[in-house]
Amino acid sequence: MAAVRDGWPGHLAGQHVDVRLTAEDGYSTERSYSIASAPPNGQAPSQTVELTVQRLPDGEVSPYLTQTLQVGYPLELRGPIGGWFVWDPGGPRAAAPVLLVAGGSGVVPLMAMIRERAAVGSHTPFRLIYSVRDPAALLYGDELARRAGDGLEVRYVYTRTAPPGSGQPTGRINAALIASAGWPPEESPAMFACGPTGFVEAAADLLVRGGQNPGAIKTERFGPTGGKA
Amino acid sequence: MSDYMDGNMLGGTLGELFSMDVTSATVTCVSCGASWAIAQTRVYPHAPGMVARCPTCDAVLLRLVRSPDRAWLDLRGVTCLQLAMPGS
Repeated sequence: MAAVRDGWPGHLAGQHVDVRLTAEDGYSTERSYSIASAPPNGQAPSQTVELTVQRLPDGEVSPYLTQTLQVGYPLELRGPIGGWFVWDPGGPRAAAPVLLVAGGSGVVPLMAMIRERAAVGSHTPFRLIYSVRDPAALLYGDELARRAGDGLEVRYVYTRTAPPGSGQPTGRINAALIASAGWPPEESPAMFACGPTGFVEAAADLLVRGGQNPGAIKTERFGPTGGKA
Repeated sequence: MSDYMDGNMLGGTLGELFSMDVTSATVTCVSCGASWAIAQTRVYPHAPGMVARCPTCDAVLLRLVRSPDRAWLDLRGVTCLQLAMPGS
């Protein structure tokens, strides 16, 4: 959670910020992180913006943000950035049912969309397919459990270990799952997929092969260098 | 090959150069004529700069380098950049 000195100008759900770190010798590096919080929505400009950062052991920026950074340290943020990978409840497609497909920490910008839907009281039906390694890797598990229902359906996919006793098989997203947990093409859904590149390619391929309109699929890929997490 | 990311990550630096969001702008590829949103292009960030390639034919669309005091934007592979003007 970063407090923004001059007030946060507001953002759209799905946008990101660039975080820049500058060393004493002037060396500077930056990474993109998706915004997890919902936009301020017409209220007074928010004083904070929430970022969720996954620490990469070999990373250059994420270890600093997750282990070294203390409350009160200044951070240089640039943003909000991006107008393509966004869900806008005031936009022309706001009523179209939404499918969100998350791989790992790719859930972060999608969580902003889920929070935005709740914040504005939207009745647009949302479905989230959330693929994670195991239950311990779930982000926002409690919040998703609390928000599910009332037009939000969540389907978890565990690639390595399912919750004990669930009897749920493990595996990757596949055509049958996309068909059962997503929307039929006739519903003309808006689709957002975010995660590592390989995951996003697989998700987009499955959606297109399932008959979805490629133009309605928006994707955001991230990776270990300069990527979003 | 999946060592690429996508044009969403160009938004910050391009935003310094343009007065509007460019990730939703459309580029038309010189090589094959396909049109893609900048956000959809395949971006290879491991070079000294960032290289965006066409998802259809893999040709280089643009290269972007930012140093502390200047930016280089090479649009050699883009025949047309189409932007939706704000307020229209």
